[in-house]
Amino acid sequence: MAKRETIILDQAGVNRAITRIAHEILERNKGSANLVLIGIRSKGDTLAGHLNVLIGEIEGEQVPLGAVDITMYRDDLAERGSLPIGKTDIPFPLDGKHVILVDDVLYTGRTIRSAMDALMDFGRPSSIQLAVLIDRGHRELPIRADFVGRNVPTSREEQVEVVFTDDHNPLEVRLIKP
Amino acid sequence: MAFQHKHILGIESLSREDIELILNTGDAFKEINGRDIKKVPTLRGKTIINAFFEASTRTRLSFEIAGKRLSADTVNISGSTSSVVKGETLEDTAKNIEAMAPDIIVIRHGHSGAPHYLAERLETCSVVNAGDGAHEHPSQALLDLMTMREHKGRIEGLEVAIVGDITHSRVARSNIYALSKMGARVRLAGPGTMLPPGIERLGNVEVCANLLDAIKDADVVMMLRIQLERQSQTLLPSLREYARFYGLNTENIKLAKEDAIVMHPGPMNRGVEISTYVADGIQNVILDQVANGVAVRMALLYLVSGVESMQTQ
Repeated sequence: MAKRETIILDQAGVNRAITRIAHEILERNKGSANLVLIGIRSKGDTLAGHLNVLIGEIEGEQVPLGAVDITMYRDDLAERGSLPIGKTDIPFPLDGKHVILVDDVLYTGRTIRSAMDALMDFGRPSSIQLAVLIDRGHRELPIRADFVGRNVPTSREEQVEVVFTDDHNPLEVRLIKP
Repeated sequence: MAFQHKHILGIESLSREDIELILNTGDAFKEINGRDIKKVPTLRGKTIINAFFEASTRTRLSFEIAGKRLSADTVNISGSTSSVVKGETLEDTAKNIEAMAPDIIVIRHGHSGAPHYLAERLETCSVVNAGDGAHEHPSQALLDLMTMREHKGRIEGLEVAIVGDITHSRVARSNIYALSKMGARVRLAGPGTMLPPGIERLGNVEVCANLLDAIKDADVVMMLRIQLERQSQTLLPSLREYARFYGLNTENIKLAKEDAIVMHPGPMNRGVEISTYVADGIQNVILDQVANGVAVRMALLYLVSGVESMQTQ
């Protein structure tokens, strides 16, 4: 049977969600001082870039932007084999910073666990806060997001995919049923 | 495409895609070497044995650091202090090592084919060739390619001169395979006694009559070490004569492209194959090669570990 796809968030919806998250981040942290954004490859870093543009529009200045690839910190080498490793790019110290970790979809929490391990290797941030576009539930670790675009109840058989246009603008979010 | 090789025995058995994956993985790992905390948990719980039956400082250290930065436990044994000197065969030594359940054995051996011999006989662990006789030295060729790509932005289409004792050089052989697969052109030069007939059949190779023909307009000039401890003495009239005809110096290097890079696998014989002025000159990337060696070996250990772990599951 063919897979069924539903659009659960269209382009306008995604943009509204990101804009709200940007405001919430600034509100919670009382501005952008000491803030840094770090996106998880390969989609969280694109979203972090968009968040930074919005933060720049609101505050008049963008914050340092980095990207982390969590492949080296995975816990499933034996199941998945050696996945290709992307580049981690954090060209600034994290000591004393409020790090906003950005990802597209929050699911089991294992990716976030790996990303936090990676961040700790770069210094001692004052805090790590998590921003995600979609929270689909099914956590396997005690991890929650601080900023959520949309909560989407799903079954484990379903897939959630955040789709970007060719020029890396968010297009929509799809729910794919088996 | 996932990496499929449980063992890294030579470049000859790798595809262009494999080489690109290794280089890209090496690029990604390189960032770790610039961190304050130079360690990631990727290979936590893996055991890597560095079995070096032949002298080595750089390669052994490089493999050891690579393993440690990936959180693997690395243990070194060397030929002169192992039970090999009591007459144990290589196969028995290796089987005994395997009984202690390591995940990877990195082996350097004076005899060509020793790593292949072990790979056929060992049941579970991966074998990585760190140089076998006059056959191959895959990790050296890969770090050379990584360094060329870093400096030239590409490998395809590069003109690479390799000069020296080609016959006994596993570095040359691995580089010929690797560069040919990646679309570069290799020019070889060396004394007649050090150029094996038929070498051009190994890849995209041109055998040049002399040093000057080889380095003219080259993008990369790779000087090989004259192996003073080995055969070289009987193959050469004198080191002075070799230096005169096959040594790279500030004059003949001008024949290469203006932005050419100078490489050497180390250890250098200053004043023999490379003049001290060139060895310390701005074109040399010899220490970049050493730095990239750690990154590329991390990539190899990581990639074979994935295959090994999946199979033992």
